Amino acid sequence: MEFFRDTNIDFLGKKWYFLVFSLVFSVAGVLSMAFWHGIPLGVDFRGGTLVYVKYAHTPDPSAIHSEIERAGLKNARVQRYGQASNNEVLIALDIQETSEQALDKGKIQILQALESHATPGKEDLNNSSSLTVANYLLEKDPLHLGSGADANPRYTAIGQAIVDYRDKTKSGVLGSISNDELKSVADPAVVAALQDNFYVSDFGIRNVEIVGPQVGQQLRKQAILATLYSLGGMLIYLGFRFEWIYGVAAVLTVFHDTLITVGAFSLLNWEISLTVIAAILTLIGYSNNDTIVVFDRIRENIKLLRRERLADIVNKSINQTLSRTILTAGLTFLTVLALFLFGGEVLHGFSFALVIGILIGTYSSIAIAAPILVAYQDWRGGRGKKPMAMPLRSGSGPAQPKEKVKV
Amino acid sequence: MNKNLSWKLVVIFGLLIFFLFGVLGIPKDWSGRGVLASITDRIHLGLDLRGGTHLILQVQVNDAVNVDSDNAIARLKEDLRTHKISYAEITKPDPVNHPEMIVVKGVPPDQTSDFKNIIADRLPDYGASSGAENSWTVSMKGQNLADLKNRAVAQAIETIRNRIDQLGVSEPVIQEHGLGQYQILVQLPGVDDPARVKEIMQSTAMLEIKQSLGGPYSSEQSALQEHGGVLPPDAVLMQGKSIGSRNSEGGEQWYLISRASAVTGRDLRTAEPSNDENGQPAVRFILTSEGGRKFFSFTSAHVGDYLAVVLDNKVQEVAVIKEAIHDTGVINGRFTAQETQDLSMTLRSGALPAGIKYLEERTVGPSLGADSIRSGVRAAMVGMLAVLIFMLIYYRWAGVNADIALILNLVILLGFMGYFGAVLTLPGIAGVILTVGMGVDSNVLIFERIREELRNGKTPPSAVEQGFSHAWITIVDTHVTTIVSAAILFIFGTGPVKGFATTLVFGLAANLFTAVFVSRVIFDWVLSRKQRGEALSI
Repeated sequence: MEFFRDTNIDFLGKKWYFLVFSLVFSVAGVLSMAFWHGIPLGVDFRGGTLVYVKYAHTPDPSAIHSEIERAGLKNARVQRYGQASNNEVLIALDIQETSEQALDKGKIQILQALESHATPGKEDLNNSSSLTVANYLLEKDPLHLGSGADANPRYTAIGQAIVDYRDKTKSGVLGSISNDELKSVADPAVVAALQDNFYVSDFGIRNVEIVGPQVGQQLRKQAILATLYSLGGMLIYLGFRFEWIYGVAAVLTVFHDTLITVGAFSLLNWEISLTVIAAILTLIGYSNNDTIVVFDRIRENIKLLRRERLADIVNKSINQTLSRTILTAGLTFLTVLALFLFGGEVLHGFSFALVIGILIGTYSSIAIAAPILVAYQDWRGGRGKKPMAMPLRSGSGPAQPKEKVKV
Repeated sequence: MNKNLSWKLVVIFGLLIFFLFGVLGIPKDWSGRGVLASITDRIHLGLDLRGGTHLILQVQVNDAVNVDSDNAIARLKEDLRTHKISYAEITKPDPVNHPEMIVVKGVPPDQTSDFKNIIADRLPDYGASSGAENSWTVSMKGQNLADLKNRAVAQAIETIRNRIDQLGVSEPVIQEHGLGQYQILVQLPGVDDPARVKEIMQSTAMLEIKQSLGGPYSSEQSALQEHGGVLPPDAVLMQGKSIGSRNSEGGEQWYLISRASAVTGRDLRTAEPSNDENGQPAVRFILTSEGGRKFFSFTSAHVGDYLAVVLDNKVQEVAVIKEAIHDTGVINGRFTAQETQDLSMTLRSGALPAGIKYLEERTVGPSLGADSIRSGVRAAMVGMLAVLIFMLIYYRWAGVNADIALILNLVILLGFMGYFGAVLTLPGIAGVILTVGMGVDSNVLIFERIREELRNGKTPPSAVEQGFSHAWITIVDTHVTTIVSAAILFIFGTGPVKGFATTLVFGLAANLFTAVFVSRVIFDWVLSRKQRGEALSI
């Protein structure tokens, strides 16, 4: 099977369309960053408190919000999270309510507010640790094991089994403390004992993230530094392997990709978390991949076709590698799409950045990187300098092909 | 088949077995469950997949510096007295930002050299420089200051590790967090309720026994008034332990406490729960012989004075010194039995040299971890199958070649992780998927080039040769750039992100081997079985 054979598309001739396309997206992103949503930073960079709660039924964010407000947290943000069928809610406090003096104060207040319907004198089985359950059972001894040596390990195992069943099979929320619900993990005697001391609330805490202001600032700085180092690393490596203009073109291209990706997050008002930064750094690598493949071919063709115009060589090189470019992009896109669709809510931002980035990264290696090379040469030509010969630096490659290939 | 080729096949199979062992180990039984247990034994899951608590805390190193400079002041005063050097006052002008700085005012000019000698002899870690009007600034030397701070962090790590170990958390990570200043990263797998652990870690259990110079006062203001608005420079006001919780009539209590300590937690040999003379829960401690000597000389000089037991800058109790004490003592401060146990445990594990502050706390409940594994694995399966099937359809027999290389790539990646004890996180699983997507790029590059060469009329062996040699340079370039950005992620990232960088780096490194070497060997093997001029299925 073959999708592309001997294509001969004049990519450079369409460079103005590409320019307009890129400008529209970049400018839209930049405008959104400047005037609309700003750069929506996630809790990792902003600092703050996030509590993810899973409910046994469809949650009502406004009711939860007023409960939390009653507990004294005025600025909490409560929103549905993930797929509707997951019954999850995200409760967020901003950095004002997350100080390093008492980092988890907000979390504790939220938990207290949520537990406001607690059954007096009983503990919430949906938010108890296995240790709590085991200790209680050990004290109560519903199986009449006495104080024998096997009582402790036995009850520890039962406690663990109940909590594991709750977390791994029931996604963290038990519907009731009954023989029906717990028959696979606990004896009726154990269930009866549990009923005496525990009740089940309608929610379970899935995940808590608390980031203090100092770490937020630290991570912000690191994310920026990591991105800059990454770009710098590319520039140096490509400058060393090719001519410096190749490095500049590649880095400009990647910068364009990063700008559009971050712009997309801003336009959609999706939060940029640490993992999104990881995705963006991956994109920097990926987009460079694509660019390098085209550049490598240009370099090879310049050697072979000394008399042709650079624009023609570039066009020819893009066409020759087009099949590979599209295939690789398509395959990587497939895997990333699988992540986006099936990878779960935690990876949504991450895989979204990759989805956008792979589309843009593929496009830009054809539409941005190569035209920059040609534009640079035209500019040099316009200033009366001799056209760029772009000689291959001899001996700079790790393994140059020994024999020349004739086309 | 020629000899060269057989050797290469042997190498490949050898590596396959080596890395399979890296992933699998030797399972106890070969049922699905046994194999899975064996795999999870070798490949460690990150907190985001297992559930657990991640904390970043900061050691308040200035506490440790303040302790050192307070003691330096006490020593200096004594030495100045014995050498009959007069001075107007000794202060610390900025204990918050410059706890290492001591200012001595009013040293007579004719005693300057004696003063300098005392500093050099008795406070070797400090240097003196003269300022205006006979005042001297005595500061800890830069190198010593840095050492002291780093030692405080190292000691805090040690102490926290001791305490966590006693709590029985399995496979905890406690290490310096290199990204920030004086920060410690603590990861506690399986701990989804961090409250008690934090309590125990946080209690500095900084025990100091000091002289009490006055009190109790009902508030800071009244204490100040009592002393005419100015505290003696070598003393501080400290709050007594709040007794409100157990005793409703208790209000605030403040004491005037000397800055220097007679003994500290470092002089402890052991501590254990016990009862005081009234039968209340208390903690009994025994000092080391060195500490005992210090305590003896202090108490024998201060019979009739008051002694304060200060824990974490709160006065636990104040008692009169009836007679010189050697090496044992009791701390009682209205404890519960559980509190005396936790306190003696933290005292035994060594005091934190300085207070700690929590900067970040993340808890992943096990239910989320289980869901994440499920969705991560599902996404990986779908993505991988899609790629494998596409390659088969698009490249036919060469697709089989690519698929073998890809699967081997995964085995090597996971094997690496098993051998290096690398941690698999949810973004790490994404990294595995991405490795498949990006790894297949090498195959595509090579195959497309081979097709191109075949179209140009090359024979299959020569087209394969050309395809590989041309694609090789490009593959090196593309891999290096991606590995550069992944390596930067590895350096800057923590936790999940680091896991992602790990899989990406290992995956791409393995890809260099599988997509180029293994794939080539398979082609050579296929070609060796073909007649001359027979077409290649690609």
